[in-house]
Amino acid sequence: MSEAFVEVQTVAKRWNGQLGVEQVSLSIPRGAFVALLGPSGCGKSTTLRLLSGLELPDEGRIMIDGRDVTTAAPSERNLSMVFQSYALFPHLSVAENVVFGLKVRKVKAAERREKLHRALEITGLLGYEARKPGELSGGQRQRVALARAIVANQPLCLMDEPLSNLDAKLRASVRKDIKKLQVDLGITVIYVTHDQTEAMSMADMVVLMKDGRIQQTGAPEDLYYRSANTFVAEFVGAPPMALLEGAAIPGYESASTIGLRAESLHLAEPGKGRLTCRVSECEFLGSETFVGLTHPAATGLTISMPGLRNIPAGEELEIDFADDDLHFFDAGGNRMRHPNGATV
Amino acid sequence: MATHVNIERRRQAIYGWLLLSPAAILLTAFAFYPSMATLWTSLFSRGTRRKASEFVGTGNYADLFADPTFWKVATNNLIYAGATIPISIAIALGMALWANSRIPARGFVRTAYFTPTVLPMIAAANLWLFFYTPGLGVLDQIGALFGLPSVNWLGQPETALWAVIIVTIWKEAGFFMIFYLAALQTIPEDLKEAADIEGASRFTYTRRIVLPLLMPTTLFIMVNALINSVKLIDHLFILTKGGPNDASKLILYYVWEMAFAFFDAPQAAAMTILILLVLGIVAGVKFTILDKRTHYQ
Repeated sequence: MSEAFVEVQTVAKRWNGQLGVEQVSLSIPRGAFVALLGPSGCGKSTTLRLLSGLELPDEGRIMIDGRDVTTAAPSERNLSMVFQSYALFPHLSVAENVVFGLKVRKVKAAERREKLHRALEITGLLGYEARKPGELSGGQRQRVALARAIVANQPLCLMDEPLSNLDAKLRASVRKDIKKLQVDLGITVIYVTHDQTEAMSMADMVVLMKDGRIQQTGAPEDLYYRSANTFVAEFVGAPPMALLEGAAIPGYESASTIGLRAESLHLAEPGKGRLTCRVSECEFLGSETFVGLTHPAATGLTISMPGLRNIPAGEELEIDFADDDLHFFDAGGNRMRHPNGATV
Repeated sequence: MATHVNIERRRQAIYGWLLLSPAAILLTAFAFYPSMATLWTSLFSRGTRRKASEFVGTGNYADLFADPTFWKVATNNLIYAGATIPISIAIALGMALWANSRIPARGFVRTAYFTPTVLPMIAAANLWLFFYTPGLGVLDQIGALFGLPSVNWLGQPETALWAVIIVTIWKEAGFFMIFYLAALQTIPEDLKEAADIEGASRFTYTRRIVLPLLMPTTLFIMVNALINSVKLIDHLFILTKGGPNDASKLILYYVWEMAFAFFDAPQAAAMTILILLVLGIVAGVKFTILDKRTHYQ
């Protein structure tokens, strides 16, 4: 874990002067599961394509396994890729799809058969060898794409939103499968997604991007508990962090914005709360209910209550919270130290 | 209840026949009936003033098989088909792959390739007359620059058929290219990227992925090219009139000659039936054997 397996140094890519990605630097240890997260158009896919060699950077350097591959062809980078659309060859059977790369690399037939068998076994596709992609369900196609990615035993696997074409239930199970696969095979996975649940649940390291720039790199809990700026705070977590004007809470006027997570809020007796809000809606999730609140100085204020709650909209509630649960941001939206001296 | 169901069924049946009738009427009037009439005509002798037309059974066919010109013309047409079909398809595919890649002035290239298709065949033939004419023609002029002797491309039996073949290929290739171009655009970009990641060369990608995915188009074009190799004879009227010495005469031209120059309608009808038979068999083979090996998306 000491030396970086994938190293990206101040990479930039622009199209006709327009922003693609800018100043992207990453250091990814061997065997890590890294999620590139961000809203659409943030440059996460571009970053992945730069890593794969399908696009070449305008500036910066990319190293994989100690080798400078900045201008190397995709096939010289010893990596595999899973595409969002799976990019299966529609006229080839499952088996032919999976061994396509091995054939191109002139791997002997016996070895090919063996690797094919192993890849299909791991992905649970044995028995489907002769089917064409058109005869498979979405989830099975997705597994063929995975099998094709792992068959060659490449140490690095890039995945471009591989679950976005699956339904919600399947997504949750395939998520676990992919994570298990990555651990079992000990490969490094770089995974692009716009779904923060996916990123937070699977990754060892999350890279959150916006407008072509990295906002924060770190473990999921870092992003959640120590959001680097208000964008990260609002992007990560369900529900996202609520942001209040600093002036709304007495004693913290020096902070421009104060962040609060739903779980840090609790109801207070009338007259004893620190903020008085109105209920805007209730969202029942089974084990808990998210109650949306409005306050003139806050956005996205939500309180999590156990079980089913049905509070009529417009009702006044008072809420309380501990000082330790507050996040402080300066006028530029960046995280700042505790205004009263203590570090958070 | 039962009467209602019956009325509904009858209504559906009438509706079905109404939808079917335009095609049925047109096809019957302009395809089925003429074919049958031709078959019927081919079984009778040619009527003259002295001798009325009478039933001769396969007599016309026997005469045809004994006619050396028929065999000459049939051979010509086989060569014509054997050359124009594969060459025009190969050129069309090459042009489509080229015009589909990222090249400068792509729109211009596509338009240029397609131009021969929009020209009427007669106009195209006139154009090629400027190339082939001995002495004045472009080919001779270029040849003269290198000190080559004048060649009468259309006037000698050895070259006449090939001169005609080249005009047809020139005319057809651009048309077929459009189909290939359309088919190429339906192949998703990420298949190329997936192949790139695996390290497939451009050649491997084309051979293993693009060509198989183009097979439905190729099949369609092959059937079209086959039909054209029998159907496209307009340029013969301008270029060679089937000569010299029947060297460039194609079967449909011979049918026309038989019917409207020699006024032997039954012979022409017999030949037409033979053409239909051969075309039918070839199309059947293509759609049964090749279709099985073709992937349709």
